[in-house]
Amino acid sequence: MNTSSESNYLNASRGWKSWLFTLDHKRIAILYFFAIMFFFFVGGVLALLIRTELLSPKQVLVGAETYNQLFTLHGAIMIFLFIIPGIPAILGNFVLPLMIGAKDVAFPRLNLASWYVYMLGSLFALYSIVTGSVDTGWTFYTPYSTTTSGSVISMTLGVFILGFSSIFTGLNFIVTIHKLRAPGMTWYKMPLFAWGAYATSVIQILATPVLGITMILLILERAFGIGIFDPAMGGDPVLYQHFFWFYSHPAVYIMILPAMGIISEVISVFSHKKIFGYKAIAFSSLGIALVSFLVWGHHMFTSGQSELAAMIFSFLTFLVGIPSGIKMFNWMATMYKGSVSLESPMLYAMSFLFLFGIGGFTGIMLGALSVDVHLHDTYFVVAHFHYVMMGGTVMGFLAGLHYWWPKMWGRMYNEAWARITAVIIFIGFNLTFFTQFILGTKGMPRRYYTYMDQYQPLHAFSSVGSYIIGLGFTIMAVYLIHSLFRGKAAVKNPWGALTLEWTTSSPPVEHNFELQPVVVDGPYDYDRIRIENDQRIYKEVKMKSETETKVGL
Amino acid sequence: MNSPGSFYLPAASSTMAPEVDALLQFIVVASSILFAIVVFGSFYFAVRYRRRKGSTFTDGKDHNVRLEIVWTVIPSILAFIVFFWGFNSYLKMNIAPANAIEVKTTAQKWFWQFTYANGAGSTNELVVPVGVPVKLLMSSKDVIHSFYVPNFRMKMDVLPNRYSLTWFEATQTGEYDLFCTEFCGTGHSSMLGKIKVVSDTEFRDFLNAGSALGTGQAPEAFGADLYKSKACFTCHTTDGTPGTGPTFKGVFSRSEAMSDGSTQLVDENYIRESILNPQAKIVSGFQPVMPTYQGIINNTEIDALVAYLKSLNTGQ
Repeated sequence: MNTSSESNYLNASRGWKSWLFTLDHKRIAILYFFAIMFFFFVGGVLALLIRTELLSPKQVLVGAETYNQLFTLHGAIMIFLFIIPGIPAILGNFVLPLMIGAKDVAFPRLNLASWYVYMLGSLFALYSIVTGSVDTGWTFYTPYSTTTSGSVISMTLGVFILGFSSIFTGLNFIVTIHKLRAPGMTWYKMPLFAWGAYATSVIQILATPVLGITMILLILERAFGIGIFDPAMGGDPVLYQHFFWFYSHPAVYIMILPAMGIISEVISVFSHKKIFGYKAIAFSSLGIALVSFLVWGHHMFTSGQSELAAMIFSFLTFLVGIPSGIKMFNWMATMYKGSVSLESPMLYAMSFLFLFGIGGFTGIMLGALSVDVHLHDTYFVVAHFHYVMMGGTVMGFLAGLHYWWPKMWGRMYNEAWARITAVIIFIGFNLTFFTQFILGTKGMPRRYYTYMDQYQPLHAFSSVGSYIIGLGFTIMAVYLIHSLFRGKAAVKNPWGALTLEWTTSSPPVEHNFELQPVVVDGPYDYDRIRIENDQRIYKEVKMKSETETKVGL
Repeated sequence: MNSPGSFYLPAASSTMAPEVDALLQFIVVASSILFAIVVFGSFYFAVRYRRRKGSTFTDGKDHNVRLEIVWTVIPSILAFIVFFWGFNSYLKMNIAPANAIEVKTTAQKWFWQFTYANGAGSTNELVVPVGVPVKLLMSSKDVIHSFYVPNFRMKMDVLPNRYSLTWFEATQTGEYDLFCTEFCGTGHSSMLGKIKVVSDTEFRDFLNAGSALGTGQAPEAFGADLYKSKACFTCHTTDGTPGTGPTFKGVFSRSEAMSDGSTQLVDENYIRESILNPQAKIVSGFQPVMPTYQGIINNTEIDALVAYLKSLNTGQ
C-alpha cells in the first residue's frame, strides 16, 4: 500500500518553480489551500480578540477605534479571503476535474492566474491593515466609508481585485463542466458537487462585476470627490446599499451552494445509499442561484425603502428558502434504510444538518417583515449568518476537507482525534452563537464596543464558547499537519465511494488517470455496486426474478 | 397590552410589540416542529441504520412523488402564512395614525436631538405621553444612524439626505432604552438614549418647562445638567481618564499641546470655539471627530458649560 515510490502529482516535479508556475489544477488547489488557510487563521485570531474584548463592557484589550477595526477586518478577511474562495478554489479546483474524468480544468493558465490575482488582492488588503486599517464594517456603508479616516481605498481595491480571481474560477468551472466531461458522463450522471459548483460559478460570473463596479465608484468618491453616494456631494447613500447587496446577497449562495454539493456527496457515500431526489437537488441549486439575484432588498427593510419593494423582497426571500428546505428533506430521506457510518466527514455533515437547519429557520424569522424590524442589526443577525456561514459553509468545507484529504495527500489523518474535534467544534459553536440569538431578541445591537450591563452574562458565555471553537481548530491543525508526515498511506478508495476521483491512485498521478475513464455507472448506484479492496462488485441479477418479471409483462 | 417579556424577549411596551411577538413565537413553534422532524429524523436514521458489517448493497429507491409533494407544499403554506402576517403588521408599523403628535428627531455623531412642535427640545431623552401615538420625523446630520427601541420592537434608519418616518404608541409609563443600530464610528456604542413615557399632565409640564430651562439654577449646576443632556459625557469624562475626547477634569486654564504643534491655553474663548467649531484646534492625540453644536446650544448654555468646567477645577 506504500504509494510514495510511485509517481504522483506531488512528487512528479520538484523545486519552488514547479509549484509557482504549475498548471496542474491539483497543485493550484494546494497553493490556494495554504493561502486561504493562512487567512482563515488570521480571521479566527481576530474573532477571538473580539470575543475577549466583549467579556466585559469596559476595556479588556483595546479601545473603541481598534475594536471597530477588529470586527471590520474579521468580517472582510473571512468573507473575501476565506469563505468565498474557500470551497471552489481549494476543493473545487482539486476535485472537480477528477470527478468528471478530466485531465485538468479547461483553462489551466487562467486557473494559475486566478491564484496570483487572489494573492495580489490579499496584498492590498494587508497593505490597508498596516497603513491605518479600516473601521467601516465589512459592508463599507456610505457615507461613513466616504468620510472616515483610515485606509479604505486599498481595502476596497483589494476586494475589487479579488473579484477577478473569483470570476476566473467560475468561468473555468463552467467551461470545464460543459466541455471536459468523460465519455458516458451525461449531465444526470454528474456528481451533485459538480452541479453545486456549476450553480456557484453562474453567480460568480454574473454578480461579482456589480461588486467590482460598486467598489470603483466608492474609490472614485473618496479619492476624487465625485459625488455618488455621499449626500454632502449630492449622492445617495441608500443607492450604495442596493449596489452592495445586489452582489453580496447572491454571494451568500456562492458560499453555501458548493457546501450543499459536498453534503450531498458525503451523506450518500457514508450512507452507502443512492441519493434521494437527484434531480430535485440539482435543479434546486440552479433555482436558488437564479432567485438569489432578486432578494437583495431584504437587507434593507428598515432603510426607508417603499413598502411595496419590501413586500416583494420579503416574498422572494421565502421563495428562495423553500428549495433549501427541500434539500434538507432529501438528505434525510437518503439516510433512510442506508448503511450509515459516522466517520469524521459524516460527523461534519450531521453538524451541517443541525446548524444549517437552525440558520435556515432563523432566516425565516428575518424574512418576515415586522419581525425583521425588531431583529435587524442586532446580535440575532450576527448569530443567524454565523449559523449559515460557519454552521453551513464551514461545516461543509470541513466535511469535504476530511472526505478528500486522503485523495489530496495520500495520507490518512487520525480518525479518533478527527471525531473528537468534530464534537468539540459543534459544542463550542452552539455555546458561542446560540447565546447570540438570545442577545439579539433581547435587543443587543451589533458592532457595539461597549454594552449595557444586562447583556454581560450572555456575552461572557458566548466568549467562552468561542475559546472552545479555538481549541477545536487547534487540535485539527495538529492532527492534519501530523498526518502529512506520519499519516498512514491512503488506499485508492478508503470510503467506498463511486465517483471517479476514487478510481485513481491516492494521491492521483500527474494527469489524473492512467487511462481515459469511461462512465457506465451512476455516481450513487449503491443499490447495485459496492466497493471491496478498491474493486467494484456488482450485484448479480437473479435470473429467476427476471423471468418472473417477463412473465408478468 | 403590556407583557412582561420572557427569557429571550424584553417587555412589550408598545401597541405593535405584542403583534410582532406573536408572529415571532409562531415561527419559533412551527420551525421547531419542522426542525425536529428533519434534523432529529436524520439523526434517528443515522443510528437506526448504522453500518453493522462490511459493505452491502442498499435499497435503490430514490424518489417518491407523494412524499416530495408533501414536504414541498406544507413548508410553502407555512412560509406564505408567515409572509402575509409579517407584511400586514409591517404596514401598520409604517402608517402613522392621523392623530399622532410629531417630534422632529435629529441624529448625529453621537447623540440624539429631539424638537417638539412648541420649540421645546431635549437631547438623548425623548419624553412622550403614554397611550398617544407619536410620529418621528427623522434626519441625520452626518452618516446613517438607526433609531431602535427594543421594548417597542421598532427600528428605522436615519438618513442624511432624506426624512424617514416611523411611529409608536407606548402602552406603559417608564423608561426604555434607545440604541443606535447603524454603525456610525468610534462612539457608536455610546450613542444611547432613553424614551421616557409619562402621563399626559407630566408631558404637558415637560413641554412648558422646555422653553425655560436653566432659570433659577446656578450656572455651574445648569452646566452640569447640560453636560449630561447634551451628551458631552459620551466622549468627555470628568474623572481624568481620556475618552474619545480629552477629559474635562482640570482642563480649564491648562496649556494643551495641539495636533498642529502649537500650544493653546484652555480659556473661555477656546471652550466656546471648541463647542461651535470643534475642528479648529484639536488637542494632540485625539481625532477630529466632534460635531459642531452650532444651532443646538445657545449663549446662556455656553456660559453655563464654561462655569461648569471652571467648577471642575476648584472642586478638586
